[in-house]
Amino acid sequence: MSMPIKVEGLTKHFGSFEAVQDVTFTAAAGSITALLGPSGSGKSTVLRMIAGLEQPTAGRIWMGDDELTAKSVQERAVGFVFQHYALFRHMNVADNVAFGLRVRKEEKASRDARVKELLELVQMTHFAHRYPDQLSGGQRQRIALARALAPRPRVLLLDEPFGALDAKVRQDLRRWLDELHRELGVTSLLVTHDQEEALELANQVVVMHEGRVEQAGAPADVYNDPATAFVAGFVGAANVLHGHVVHGHVHLGTFQVPGADHLEEGAAVAAYVRPHDVRVTEEETGVRGRIERMATLGWLARLSIKLSGGETLVAHVPHDELGGAKEGDEVWVDLRSPKAFGIESDSAGSAASADPVNGQGVTSPVA
Amino acid sequence: MSAPSSTSTVPSAGAPGGRRRLARGALAAAAIAYVALLLLLPLIGIVVRAFEPGLSIVGDTLSRPEVTHAFLLTAIITLITIVVTTFFGLVVAWVLVRQRFIGRSFLNAVVDLPFALSPVTVGLAAVLLFGTGGWLTDFFMARGIQVLFALPSMILVTTFICIPFTIREVVPVLEEFGLDEEDAARTLGASIWQTFRMVTLPNIRWALLYGIALTTARAIGEIGAVLIVSGTIAGLTETATIYIFTALEERLVAQAHVVALVLALTSILVLVAIEWLHRRNEKARSNA
Repeated sequence: MSMPIKVEGLTKHFGSFEAVQDVTFTAAAGSITALLGPSGSGKSTVLRMIAGLEQPTAGRIWMGDDELTAKSVQERAVGFVFQHYALFRHMNVADNVAFGLRVRKEEKASRDARVKELLELVQMTHFAHRYPDQLSGGQRQRIALARALAPRPRVLLLDEPFGALDAKVRQDLRRWLDELHRELGVTSLLVTHDQEEALELANQVVVMHEGRVEQAGAPADVYNDPATAFVAGFVGAANVLHGHVVHGHVHLGTFQVPGADHLEEGAAVAAYVRPHDVRVTEEETGVRGRIERMATLGWLARLSIKLSGGETLVAHVPHDELGGAKEGDEVWVDLRSPKAFGIESDSAGSAASADPVNGQGVTSPVA
Repeated sequence: MSAPSSTSTVPSAGAPGGRRRLARGALAAAAIAYVALLLLLPLIGIVVRAFEPGLSIVGDTLSRPEVTHAFLLTAIITLITIVVTTFFGLVVAWVLVRQRFIGRSFLNAVVDLPFALSPVTVGLAAVLLFGTGGWLTDFFMARGIQVLFALPSMILVTTFICIPFTIREVVPVLEEFGLDEEDAARTLGASIWQTFRMVTLPNIRWALLYGIALTTARAIGEIGAVLIVSGTIAGLTETATIYIFTALEERLVAQAHVVALVLALTSILVLVAIEWLHRRNEKARSNA
């Protein structure tokens, strides 16, 4: 029943704006694939093209051996979940869930049975006669999911399904969706700008940026082995250090790190270092720095370290590895597995700078 | 810190609050007086004048053949106007909200033209098109269709004048409604017609009904354009409003007022009925 989805060379132009450029990937049958990227990266447009809500300028779409490209929305039989729920506001919950069965002229008895089954699945049985505006955001999205699943779609497409919900509800729904997916095994595509969501839920992450695929791979690969500077900066928090390649090393202001063999001598580089890859040691390795600020995040300490060259790094260090270091102390700093990428302009190269980007995800170590 | 907020939240405290309350009261009184003078007084006047010669005048007037014919004519014109403006109003509103095309803002402006034009101008334009030597006269004459001084031109001008009501009621609601629910319906397998009938229409139906109510009221009351194109042939092209006009000229004042009263009551009834239906619907929903 579950089908793989394949898109090839998918392209969409709105007038002169190139929203999606040559996107190719395959979502394995029964898996969850996350389309991850900032807003305006084209990920929602890709999803809407797969659903048939937008017509691609170029490219092809398959579901299994069935080519969808020229088919109408109705013929594609996909389940679609919208960011703002899109429940039918003039229908109660039961009628919303039954809609897809009603337009297919299913018998009332089998329709009612299916609605009951789905309301049980999303744990909303007692709300059958409520109207959408009488439900919370989380409840609405569960109903939207039940409605999408009712006609037994071959694939499930979720467009920022938790984007309009607050953090706590989002966490709960994410876990619930994970369980639901394990139970149903329907091929799912999830559009999200929340990297934590993508890493937690997906079997495959497709990182998009400015309409193109930057990297597609397992969550661990995307996180540990980013293919581009954009992925390194977007997936997971990272410090960025600017410098130059000298003899296969990256010279970053006052110190150097290995790992630039793939780059040309003298090229300007940006090196990405995750906060938990910044080590604070008593051994005399790496570079000298001073702890400017220290905040406790449960079992982790979040440090702001000013290096002797003037750059500031954010470090996440377990308390027991700190060895009693305090705010104001001078420490040795070692950078584990920095990822170096060539950058086009070297204007910023000589003056090494560092800025922690995208703190989301590492600021709450308990999660 | 707390001093400024206390004066603004408790209006009864001190002189400024009292003055403000007084001003608010005066404003409400002025609004009521305005509405009463301009809307209710004339209505009361009509009622009084209609019943002045005694109740029997009502029955007498309404049983006159030229009066029943006038009402019939008004009913036919109004019904056809409602059907045409509702259908095309929906199409135009949908196109204005959902489509982006060259000439869209032109269409948007042109829709309001009947509001800006005097009905007399509309009538004259129809005479220009269908009268002696008019651009379209020969075309219809050759096919044996009498347009001017007959029902077709009366329906035509009334419809023209009523075009904006439905469109202007439906457009903002359609805009606010957005695309998500229609998209959702399509992904669930609904055809375009099913989507319109089951999703779009239920959400714009009150706007549509208000548009129809306004159209009804306007079509019933139209005289300027109809007067010009009808030729006022008694018992043939005389609508209810034209009957009032000619009855007054012939000093049949009471008859004129009885007909006017029936027209006014019909319009009010339509508006009240729709308001009542809307309220009942809202109540049924919130009780669910």
